[in-house]
Amino acid sequence: MPRRRDAVVRRGLRHVGRAVAGQPGMFAAAVSASSVYGAMTVASAFVIGEITDRVLLPSFEDGATTGTALTLAAVAIIAVALLKIVGIIGRRLFAGIMQYRLQADLRRRVTGQYLRLPLSWHQRHPTGQLLSNANSDVEAAWFFVAPLPFACGALVMIAITVTALIATDPLLAVVGLVVFPLVFVANAVYSQIMSPRMQRAQQLRAEVSEIAHESFDAALVVKTLGREASETERFAARADELRDGLVAVGRVRGLFDPIMEALPNLGTLAVLLIGAHRAADGATDAGDLVSIAYLFTLLALPIRAIGWVLADLPRALAGYDRVTPVLDATGETPYGPDAATATATGAGVGVQGVDFRFDGAATPTLREVTFDVAAGRTVAVVGPTGSGKSTLAGLLVRLTDPVDGAVLLDGVDLRRLREGEVSDQAAFVAQSAFLFDDTVRGNVTLGGEHSDDEVWTALRVAAADGFVSALPDGLDTRVGERGASLSGGQRQRLALARAVVRRPRLLVLDDATSAVDPAVEARILDALRASESPATVVVVAYRQATIALADEVVWLEGGRAVARGTHDELLEQVPGYAALVRAYSQAEVTA
Amino acid sequence: MTAATLEIAGERREGAVATLRRGLRMMPEFRRGLPATFALALLATAGRVVVPIAVQQVIDRGLNAAGGPDLGLVTGLVVACALVVVLTAVAVYLMNVRLFRTTETALAGLRVRAFRHVHDLSVLHQQGERRGSLVSRVTSDVDQLSVFMQWGGVLGLISVGQLVVATAVMFFYSWQLTLLVLACFVPLVIAIRWFAQRLQVVYGVVRERVGDVLAAVAESVVGAPTVRAYGIRARTAARIDAAIDRHYRASVQAQRTTAAVYVSGEFVAAVANAAVVVVGVLLGLAGDITAGTLVAFLFLVTLFVAPVQTASEVLNEAQNAVAGFRRVLDVLDTEPDVRDPAIATPDRVRELPPGPLGVRFEHVTFRYAPGARAALDDVHLAIAPRTRVAIVGETGSGKTTFAKLVTRLMDPVEGRVLLGSDDAGWVPLADVAFASLRSRVVMVPQDGFLFDASVADNVRYGRPGMTDAEVATAFDELGLGAWVAGLEQGVATPVGQRGESLSAGERQLVAVARAYVADPDLLVLDEATSAVDPATEQRLTRALDLLTTGRTTLTIAHRLSTAERADEVLVVDAGHVVQRGSHAELVDADGVYARLHASWRRSSAGEPEPVG
Repeated sequence: MPRRRDAVVRRGLRHVGRAVAGQPGMFAAAVSASSVYGAMTVASAFVIGEITDRVLLPSFEDGATTGTALTLAAVAIIAVALLKIVGIIGRRLFAGIMQYRLQADLRRRVTGQYLRLPLSWHQRHPTGQLLSNANSDVEAAWFFVAPLPFACGALVMIAITVTALIATDPLLAVVGLVVFPLVFVANAVYSQIMSPRMQRAQQLRAEVSEIAHESFDAALVVKTLGREASETERFAARADELRDGLVAVGRVRGLFDPIMEALPNLGTLAVLLIGAHRAADGATDAGDLVSIAYLFTLLALPIRAIGWVLADLPRALAGYDRVTPVLDATGETPYGPDAATATATGAGVGVQGVDFRFDGAATPTLREVTFDVAAGRTVAVVGPTGSGKSTLAGLLVRLTDPVDGAVLLDGVDLRRLREGEVSDQAAFVAQSAFLFDDTVRGNVTLGGEHSDDEVWTALRVAAADGFVSALPDGLDTRVGERGASLSGGQRQRLALARAVVRRPRLLVLDDATSAVDPAVEARILDALRASESPATVVVVAYRQATIALADEVVWLEGGRAVARGTHDELLEQVPGYAALVRAYSQAEVTA
Repeated sequence: MTAATLEIAGERREGAVATLRRGLRMMPEFRRGLPATFALALLATAGRVVVPIAVQQVIDRGLNAAGGPDLGLVTGLVVACALVVVLTAVAVYLMNVRLFRTTETALAGLRVRAFRHVHDLSVLHQQGERRGSLVSRVTSDVDQLSVFMQWGGVLGLISVGQLVVATAVMFFYSWQLTLLVLACFVPLVIAIRWFAQRLQVVYGVVRERVGDVLAAVAESVVGAPTVRAYGIRARTAARIDAAIDRHYRASVQAQRTTAAVYVSGEFVAAVANAAVVVVGVLLGLAGDITAGTLVAFLFLVTLFVAPVQTASEVLNEAQNAVAGFRRVLDVLDTEPDVRDPAIATPDRVRELPPGPLGVRFEHVTFRYAPGARAALDDVHLAIAPRTRVAIVGETGSGKTTFAKLVTRLMDPVEGRVLLGSDDAGWVPLADVAFASLRSRVVMVPQDGFLFDASVADNVRYGRPGMTDAEVATAFDELGLGAWVAGLEQGVATPVGQRGESLSAGERQLVAVARAYVADPDLLVLDEATSAVDPATEQRLTRALDLLTTGRTTLTIAHRLSTAERADEVLVVDAGHVVQRGSHAELVDADGVYARLHASWRRSSAGEPEPVG
């Protein structure tokens, strides 16, 4: 146990070091400002003392005063206060800038990694975890920075006080040497007791939020089955646990606060008591004693700042520890030196002996898959659930690399192509359409140079022109995260338009029209084929209508490309294919 | 009752005090035991004022006594003082614990009440995209309040007490100087409203920027495949950077404003000190106060100033907390547009008549907002008990609205819906107790939402208290016994978050079983549009067939096969029921259905649709 605590302290200090090393200039500025504040706090007491001795008391004794003396006194008080204000503003502002810069830097590094790391890495990590890594964890990692300069200033003040104590009277110094360490011990004990309770409260907060999310998402089910009361009970049970957790936190905090307030007070009293005896013995001077007692009371607040930093360190470490694996992750996609052979026609696709296995999976997803797609042809990839269709679609545009074998574009291994070449030639539309928090135009062009005419043409091909022109701001309507709500079908059509507008030479559709009406889907696929320079299209599909539009079908089963041919040929020759396609169309069409 | 209330009440400008008063009304737990807490707070603040005064006395009378330190007096005073310090600490501790307990209990109550209330609001199922913000009302908004109560609230409470006590003591020493000090703080009190507004604005901007950062970060994670497929890493990175940068600048701006607010108290304190010195000397020369009084008074001013500064510090947190509080209260203040008559109109409440249930629409009109186009326009019809009805129509024709009115997720703007039968009588839906309604009328929504629990738990949701064996039997009865037995752990198989361990089709199977065990007399099915794999599709068709046998069933049909199997088809177009009859009859008639049918057939056969 003690060793672990040591480790936490050491790691905590190293983390503080990281913060300082990250923003040394701001840190120095904030600590300087904090020192100005500290010095002025002492000075303000000194000024009042001097005014009392030199202006106040003589005036009362003499029964007269001068305007100059009073003005000087007032000016001195206000001048010191102004300097102190400068110190406060500097401390807060520089500390704030330091904290926010560290936060922004870390967040940039984390999201930079998200963008750099391969898709296989993403697939291994839950979305929620990655989001909280970049958000709350990054925030937690630097939260302690705000009071850090104040705390450092407090350390300086403590050093000065202890020096003054030693200079005044060694016996008094003992009081200081007892009280200050006591403060640190209290803090350490506090963090020790507090951190598990805080963690539990945080955990319960997350659980309460999870229940609310789930329950609200299930609104229709809850309401139509009349289960509001039992849902409320479920939520209340966890909310009560959270309440108990927070009360447990509060109890510790409620004890710690008054102790931290009482300690400096008791220290002051001890100084006075011992000091009085020492002064009576003539060992020390009463005046010095008063100023030391005063210093003690002044230290009460800055010492709290040290407590804030220490109390926040475990949380900061926990947050940083969760972010570290992201920063340390490796596995950038390597790119080759070659350029793609850009022609106006569709691209030729080659899949040669491709094996694919997800990390840690027992069985491979794809096994020795080999087929070609000639330029300009449309090929449907059909297979039962779990046969590896989506994985294959992703390989064609190099979302991932095969474990074995190669995927070729116009005869060139995708891995030999330069960065950006594949996405210039090929477009991919996934089943769940992802829309950016951007306008319709932005979502279609993705920042590329496309005229509004081109965008509208693409929208027309994707059968999205109708609903887009009905949106309040047309192409400028914001969609996605915080924009207008679109139906699943509408989102898919925008994603299709995004692919079409780029006039790709290879278009890979991974069940990308599943939420679109069959009639609309047929219109979209027709339009794709009707273009003057038709792209090569690889489409993962269930619907017979979709399949029927393909020149050829590749039948995938258990990760292997088992058969290939026209729809009619496969119907005749492959029983599994016939069963699958018929079963679906039965459900779709007949009674 | 007008159209559906989709907005959360509020947006009205009300002061912090008004919000607090409204909140206290809604948190009875909070008021309980408050007097004792206040008594402890008073004790604690008294201690906070007494201790520095006592220290001052030790110095003045003991240490600086004429003729050297008076050891006896010093010792006595110090011991008494230490006692006060310890007592104060104990009082603060007791106060803290009481305060934490009552506030947390009150907030938990508030949280749960708000949660329950959200379930009553139609906004939850009408506007799915606003669910996130509703979640935050029962989570982070309440959390913020809780954090504030624990860190800021206590501090604020003590500060106010300290302010009162310090003022009282100051009056005791010199009323003239006290008035002077108070006068110095008047501008600050006036300015504080303005400060508060500024803080609200800058922190509002920060919150908005945080949202932007969240959205931008989500793009790099949720959109990872898209970003890679389209080679837009640089663009995405630039967007994230810009969002982070804007957040950074907003945060620094907020920090600047906070610092300015904080130091204004410091400055006023200095002015007050200077004024006391000058005026105090002049008063002294006039013979109104003594030197000792003035010195003591100067000391008291510092006691007065400290809580003012703390209060201005707390102010900022208070702003955020009050804003969160307001958001929670606004939810509670929003009248649900559909209320359980058992609670709303207990004198009129009725049960559904026994036996099979038919549906009657009497001149029903519905619009989603006042002045909007009617989603359903003067619909007048009756559906006989035990009929299987398919409702077909284009997107936006009003078929979903129809279903929502039958299940009383919404009430008609005009006209009324009745359930019952000619034999057992008809009851207006608006008078039916929810307990009766929900046990007899069940809707199976399109997505068939599943909870993060086992298959059995999800089925049991339709009828609590079933055993796993009973659940398995239910699957057998629906012809799904083999399927469920084939799952890794049978009915005990966990389905994962939102049921994501199962395929979309399998989720629907569980949803069908859930509706089956609820054993309703009237069933409303919203058919899923998305494709599921054929084997599951076949199972689903069979299970639905068994589920609907012998029950009045309204299906919002997206598939031709469903319409073909139905006893009767209702064709909805632009808010009107334009056709009605069996599939066979309607196919031959010239009308909307024949057109829909032709387009269905074409797409299924893979023939291109003619232009138009």
